[in-house]
Amino acid sequence: MLSPVVLVPAILNGLLTGAVYGLVALGLTLIYGVLHIINFAHGALLTAAMFAAFFAHRLLGLDPYLAAIVLTPLFFALGYCLQRFVIGPAAHGEDRNILLVTLGLAVLIENVLLYAFGADTRTLNLDYAFDIVDLGIAFLAVPRVIGFGVVLVVALVLWLILSLTDTGKAIRAVAKEKLGAELSGIDVGHIYAVTFGLGTACLAIAACLLIPTYYVNPHVGNAFVLIAFTIVVLGGMGSVTGALVGGLFIGVVESLCGLYLGESLGQIGIFVMFILVLLLRPSGLFGERA
Amino acid sequence: MAEPVLRVERAFKRFGGLLAVDNASLAVEAGRITALIGPNGAGKTTLFSIISGFMPPSEGHIFHRGADITGMPPHLVARRGIVRTFQIVQPFAGLTVHENIAIGAHLSRRSRAEALDAAAEVASTVGLGDLLGRPAASLTVAGRKRLEVARALAAEPELLLLDEVLAGLNPAEVATMMPIIRGIADAGVTILMIEHVMQAVMSLAGHVFVLAEGRIIAEGAPQVVVDNPRVVEAYLGHGAAARLSAAGGVHV
Amino acid sequence: MRGPSIAHIVLVIAMLATVPLLTTSNAVLNFLIVALLIALVGQGWNVLGGYGGQYSFGHAAFFGTGAYVTAILQMRYGINAWPAFALGIAGGALVGAAIGALTFRSGLKGSYFALVTLAFAEVLRILASVAPITGAGVGILITLDLRPQAFQFQSRAPFYWIVLALLAASLVIVRLIEQSRFGAWLVAVRENEDAAKAVGVDTVRVKLVAMTISAAITAAGGGFYVQYFLFIDSGIAYGPWISIEALLAPIVGGIGTVFGPLLGAVVVKTLGELTKLITGDAPGLDLVIYGGVLVLIVAFAPHGITSLLAALRVRFARLRSSASEGVHG
Repeated sequence: MLSPVVLVPAILNGLLTGAVYGLVALGLTLIYGVLHIINFAHGALLTAAMFAAFFAHRLLGLDPYLAAIVLTPLFFALGYCLQRFVIGPAAHGEDRNILLVTLGLAVLIENVLLYAFGADTRTLNLDYAFDIVDLGIAFLAVPRVIGFGVVLVVALVLWLILSLTDTGKAIRAVAKEKLGAELSGIDVGHIYAVTFGLGTACLAIAACLLIPTYYVNPHVGNAFVLIAFTIVVLGGMGSVTGALVGGLFIGVVESLCGLYLGESLGQIGIFVMFILVLLLRPSGLFGERA
Repeated sequence: MAEPVLRVERAFKRFGGLLAVDNASLAVEAGRITALIGPNGAGKTTLFSIISGFMPPSEGHIFHRGADITGMPPHLVARRGIVRTFQIVQPFAGLTVHENIAIGAHLSRRSRAEALDAAAEVASTVGLGDLLGRPAASLTVAGRKRLEVARALAAEPELLLLDEVLAGLNPAEVATMMPIIRGIADAGVTILMIEHVMQAVMSLAGHVFVLAEGRIIAEGAPQVVVDNPRVVEAYLGHGAAARLSAAGGVHV
Repeated sequence: MRGPSIAHIVLVIAMLATVPLLTTSNAVLNFLIVALLIALVGQGWNVLGGYGGQYSFGHAAFFGTGAYVTAILQMRYGINAWPAFALGIAGGALVGAAIGALTFRSGLKGSYFALVTLAFAEVLRILASVAPITGAGVGILITLDLRPQAFQFQSRAPFYWIVLALLAASLVIVRLIEQSRFGAWLVAVRENEDAAKAVGVDTVRVKLVAMTISAAITAAGGGFYVQYFLFIDSGIAYGPWISIEALLAPIVGGIGTVFGPLLGAVVVKTLGELTKLITGDAPGLDLVIYGGVLVLIVAFAPHGITSLLAALRVRFARLRSSASEGVHG
């Protein structure tokens, strides 16, 4: 049971999956770190992105990795508009309202997808989906290895954006001290929207990375988003490093749990960990005091 | 001499690397108005939070009439008769003035009707009698400060901790509030007040403690404390006392 | 606290009770039964969310427990439906107390609280979908036994009156809370926890009691559901649909009011029916509407329809008084 032949592939695969989890969590933690809201619509938006990636291939013949080039700016715009024109105005600044608005959006988006595309589960059948990288001790699916690499690149790009560009600096300013940033002339509403857009853009990329090896149905986002929430809470709300490291960690945990407990109960492992972390340390291992 | 109503014994409070309260000790005698003054950031509100149970001290003890209440949760401290107000007022914004005060009154009263009656009485003693039906969110700053005091008063405290109730009030409002505070003390409530408005400290307080950088640097009658060079320096900076006495002394 | 008197409540209930005497249409009765059921479940949510200000996104946990306990005790242990129903309520209350004890003692509030309640409901759903005692993926069917002793009836009218009675009880409970010290404390917790603590309110205990009452009322809805529909599975019992309807009804109708959930449930269910009439029985469309309604209500009427009505009444009164002044002045 504990033989390396079984363990090593499980751990490696966990890391690969975990990287994409980390990307999803990255979007969530970015939104929390700057807007201080928990985006309940994150899962539904991921589902929407996955449907978009799916149909980009089905209808336009676009390979998911190419589709990402189109979908990323598209979903950035979607996220920007959602925050700027729906969530921001509707919430009147009250935390409780923001909770409800993002929940409402989640329900709306998910069920629009259900209504439009039905409940069936679909998969893409790509020729390279089953190519493997042979490491001797483990076989790794090529799309997943690519995914891992892309996530690292995205994380780097994001880091560069946040540290070097004016907008990135404005984002960090607003995250740290909103009032001060406002008084310095930063358009906080715009920055909020940009951040939300970046978060959704991460989802678009994650969707394109997932679609070669994963299935899509109207509820697929929910599974990911609770995992993303767990990662964000574990890694610290607002911590980018925490999201990535947490993602890798959770990916491995899920892989090992799935190995020993089977699919459904493996899911429970994630939830239970989530609940435990919330109860014991809501600020996570990397984050500020809640 | 009788055990003081409140005794803080060598309290420390650390926040990470910051020492907010540094070996502070003080005692509040029953029936008096005691003031806690000091420059901004001295740790006065932190001390209030420790006394009222909102945070435990890193070291040290708090005694209420001789009983150790260190680390007791805030609602139990309140039920013992120590009620605090907040420096940044905390009304129950969605409720009316009447309902706000009634929640204080409910500490010792079960019946809604009784609590509302008691609340109405307290409201008139602080001058909010005409505003009972108004939403708390619609009050002016002065009104909210009075509401804060009224709600605390309705809880029938033995010791009332007032945190800068006069901050943000114009001179006319201060002049109206001061007799209210005097009236509360005359009715038998012991008061410990954090205050920056010196005029109030001088005319209301019987005893003053001065907190600077987390440490008690002086205590005594108001006039004595205010003339203390260390106190002057704490407020005005190093060497200020010497400069001022060279220029002709401190006037209050 | 301002609110309807017990007499008001009795009047509304009495009027509603006459409906089965005025119509025998199964469609109408079924619609109303479901609406009243959602009103009941929403009233449960209202106690914790509306009055207590703690927004749970996982009230399915209590609904499902009430339903499953009622079903399991009947089908697996042969216990009579009525005591099974009562124990279902107790089971739901227990789950509420347990979740409350864990979350409130850890100081979880706001979004974190919503998240953790969501997680608890999901854990229960997954467990119920694999555990043999809940029938795993297949669910539980209650055997047909159309006798009042078995909490089953030939016609819908008795079901209607029972759910109406349950709702009436919940309305009275909420009104009594409104007029009690506990209610004042609960609202204080909602408005400002620190200020509440400073005047002696044991905020953790208040929230815990509110959660338990809230869970019990919602569990009653679950128990009734399974008796009326005679079937339950993990998706129905612990699924997001009921968590959403539980909060939608009070928010639309008037959060933190006695009649809010009833008004909201009727509005929401009517919208659902209209949608089905116009677009046919497509899956997911009703929830699309619900999601949209939630966003719109928060944006334009965050305190629900009752507060909109109250505001309109005030404006109307002002218009009338200024009009009459115009005539005389």
